[in-house]
Amino acid sequence: MEHFDVVIVGAGMSGLAAGVRIAHFGRRVLILEKHAVWGGLNSFYKKGGHHFDVGLHAVTNWLHPGYRGPRLPLQRIYRQLRIKPEEFALEPQTRSSVVFDDARLVFTNELDHLTEEIRRVFPSQVDGFVRLAARCLEYPEANANTPHVSARRILTEYFSQPLLIEMLLCPLLFYGSAEQDDVDFEQFVILFNSIYREGFCRPRRGVKQILDVLVKRFEELGGQMRRKCAVERIEIADGRVAAIIPEKGEPITADVVLSSAGLVETQALRTDVAANDALAGQLAFTETLWVLDEDPKKLGFEDCVTFFNRGDRFAWRRPDEPVDLRSGVICVPSNYDHEEPLGRNLLRATHLADHRHWLAIADDEARYAEEKAAWIARSVDVVGAYGAPFADRIQYTDGFTPRTVRHFTSHRNGAVYGSPNKQKTGKTEVENLFLMGTDQGFVGIVGAMLSGIAMANAHALAPKEAA
Amino acid sequence: MTNTEVRQLILDIIHDIAPDEDLSDVKGEVRLRDQLDLDSMDFLDIVMELRKRHQIEVPEEDYMELSTLDGCVTYLSPKFAAKGAGAAQSA
Repeated sequence: MEHFDVVIVGAGMSGLAAGVRIAHFGRRVLILEKHAVWGGLNSFYKKGGHHFDVGLHAVTNWLHPGYRGPRLPLQRIYRQLRIKPEEFALEPQTRSSVVFDDARLVFTNELDHLTEEIRRVFPSQVDGFVRLAARCLEYPEANANTPHVSARRILTEYFSQPLLIEMLLCPLLFYGSAEQDDVDFEQFVILFNSIYREGFCRPRRGVKQILDVLVKRFEELGGQMRRKCAVERIEIADGRVAAIIPEKGEPITADVVLSSAGLVETQALRTDVAANDALAGQLAFTETLWVLDEDPKKLGFEDCVTFFNRGDRFAWRRPDEPVDLRSGVICVPSNYDHEEPLGRNLLRATHLADHRHWLAIADDEARYAEEKAAWIARSVDVVGAYGAPFADRIQYTDGFTPRTVRHFTSHRNGAVYGSPNKQKTGKTEVENLFLMGTDQGFVGIVGAMLSGIAMANAHALAPKEAA
Repeated sequence: MTNTEVRQLILDIIHDIAPDEDLSDVKGEVRLRDQLDLDSMDFLDIVMELRKRHQIEVPEEDYMELSTLDGCVTYLSPKFAAKGAGAAQSA
């Protein structure tokens, strides 16, 4: 049987980052990817002559040029992967906003801007915000042993106006909570710093820019990747991985297996346990991309990202309708502070969706296509209210549902953020099988890369005697 | 291998880990983390690069020996000498 020091399941951001790190230190490493293209939840495709990113609204954790201070996530990624910042070519946002019926808060990559917005809109709450921001800044580094604490409960200690709590939570839950209606406070702190303190940015050429750097580096270092090579099962014997069985090709053995497939999804591959579907995530999305015949900014979409919610309470949960149009995220890539104009008139909108509905009609192509088109048309009307009506400006439309996410990523329920049960140490009941990515650590491009790096260091690169 | 060569080899490793740091005036007797922006993960990487490039193992209890550039030279020179002249090429 072919043997590797490390086999990685999934060529997403975590798998690629782990692969680069492991290959750099001379280990024999193989990445198995079921899809034809790498990237996982942050991939790219071409359709109707247009290039699209999957899911990229923003990269969080913008690193201000000349920053000096405690090590920030992107700095850690650059150093650990020996990547130069210019290779990712990140360019900062101009501004984003949170829009509820009765209030609007603009935020930029300067926290002071948000503080002043809160002083203007919620004058009595600004002291609480300043104290909360200070607590987030001083918060100790994430620790695998920290117990779960409700961020909502902690926020009531800082704010007396529930609307502000909802508005502050809205972008943070949208960009990183696998838990319905709440988020663990430690994760809240990470999201707060990633989004409100450091801020948003975008690679000049989209997500492919980051992926190209990682894949090129991985291959230069001697790493191997097999695409269209799904894992059929991971055979377990005596509490260890005995073999990885690909759907096509010979069985493979490895000293260590790092799986980015997800907690329940990895259980489903194992031969020693049954998948516990009760642990699968419930939060899924629909997303639509529109190519317009005009610059979205000129039409009235001036933000990089607009988080909107109708009503005072933000429902971050699986909706009872196929798509929850009460809230959403609108994204305009060309509004980032790009050195050269992007030259593309792209608008993107994301809404929560009920995965049960979309998976129930998954095999009825005609009905699926019809319902998808109908919901996209309704989304056009809703999104238009946050910029300008644009139905007559659309040149091309493409969209995805939980069915699409499940097809390309294997995520149960098409749940983008995975299981709410995070396995912070990455350990499983199998001695040499570890989780990374969405169900180990943090979400988003930066979170996923950090997860891959941390799990590679802890489980694949630690000196043998200590392992 | 001379002390100057060992010193340069450490600086080469630090440069690869932290290319944004100015290494032109690193003082031998001052702790590296007091004059450069290096954290514990970067130090672990110095140890891992020594193993990868020069097959030199630094056990955890000896990490403190690497806290200054002079300390690195004192600690590592005998290890390089023990390996013999021919074994020092990069991995």
